[in-house]
Amino acid sequence: MHHVVLERWSRAASPLHARDARAKLAALLIFLVAVSTTPPRSQLAFAGYALMLAAAVLIARLPAAALLRRAGLVLPFSATFALITWWSGDPLRALSLAEKSFLSGLAVLLTMATTPLVQLVAALDAARVPGPLLLVIQFLYRYLFVVSEQAQHMRLAAQCRLGTVHRNAARFRAAGGAVGVLFARSWERADGIDRAMLARGFTGRFPASEPLRFGWRDGAFVCACMVVSLAVRLRV
Amino acid sequence: MTCIIEVRGLRYRYPDGTQALDGVDFHLDAGECVALLGANGSGKTTFALHLNGLLLGEGSVEVCGARLDAATPPRVLAEVRAKVGLVFQDSDEQLFMPTVLEDVAFGPANLGLSPALAADRARAALAQVGMSGALQKAPYHLSSGEKRRVALAGVLAMQPEVLVLDEPTTSLDPPGQRDLTALLRQLPQAKLLVTHDAEFAGALATRAVFFERGRVAGQGTVAEMVTRFGWSRRPDFRG
Repeated sequence: MHHVVLERWSRAASPLHARDARAKLAALLIFLVAVSTTPPRSQLAFAGYALMLAAAVLIARLPAAALLRRAGLVLPFSATFALITWWSGDPLRALSLAEKSFLSGLAVLLTMATTPLVQLVAALDAARVPGPLLLVIQFLYRYLFVVSEQAQHMRLAAQCRLGTVHRNAARFRAAGGAVGVLFARSWERADGIDRAMLARGFTGRFPASEPLRFGWRDGAFVCACMVVSLAVRLRV
Repeated sequence: MTCIIEVRGLRYRYPDGTQALDGVDFHLDAGECVALLGANGSGKTTFALHLNGLLLGEGSVEVCGARLDAATPPRVLAEVRAKVGLVFQDSDEQLFMPTVLEDVAFGPANLGLSPALAADRARAALAQVGMSGALQKAPYHLSSGEKRRVALAGVLAMQPEVLVLDEPTTSLDPPGQRDLTALLRQLPQAKLLVTHDAEFAGALATRAVFFERGRVAGQGTVAEMVTRFGWSRRPDFRG
């Protein structure tokens, strides 16, 4: 199924996968701060950030094209603001807006694609992120799978019965109704999952994963990311 | 024999007004295997959900000496849920963690075991159901029969005293049903089988309880219930 791709990537093995989740979060934060504070005129810096991410993708042994396609999902949103900025007479700022959002999206995706969610949540927990927020993240992640699975089943069923209907109006009506049914069915399924979790002793907090281990390699990784990000940000 | 589940006059009405249970009396002794038979909508699953405290109705439900009602403290409810392992009809609802190992370890971890100990318990339970080869697989990638086994392992890993299995043979092919029957026969826990499958029930259960419109309509051996309620072992399609 399509929605398990990210989960599968995060379970692979590479030097980047092996890094402690806290180290990856720290590196991500440093990178995002560097990217977001880079002035629009520093176009070479954006190329430098892109090179950094390309190196990370290579080290993580992830499929670059698939990763770029997924990171590109942020573009329709940022492109709207970029276009408005362009029309207001600042094309360089518009370009940097699109670059910043794409690079940031790619960096976040890369972190998620190299860190299983359980470890990511444990790292956020260690960083004192409020418990309810972590719970919401974990439920959202699981229920996305539920909704996506239901949507795929319904799509197949619709294709089976709408195979000969080509009129857009009919398709639109069917899609509109399907969204409502999808919500109801997902709600029902989520309710079932909630019961199953309670039946196995869930008390409102996900059990701890294997303890995180921050070694010297993780420290070196954070330092390297900081040095390179700052070098790109300040010198280019 | 020690009675581990004692239910008296249990009634439950769903929020939409459906009276699902209407005065059910039931008991289950240690080591006993009982089949709950009955048509769709007769209240079998609703009844099973009460044994784990997932639903709370009117009447009295006692599990291993603990009374389950709205006043039951969370600590006692957690203890009961550790003792009564509920395997749901739809395995997809029961498998929600990213990998099979993490999913099966979910229950033991909720019992307060360390991650390493919970993983050990999970491995042992998966070996018990013959799924040791699927530790790192995503549950969504398993076949229906495999999902059923993993769901059972998730409950066995909690080492419960009672197993409640809701339609365990659904979506299993004949070899899968045979394997499940053999597996359940080996397990020492008291078992409650919620099923339509009289043949499966007859192979395991020493007693059957027949549900009809939220009430216990009869009790006896599986063969007696099948005869009395015309619950054919296999539908006759010949007309």
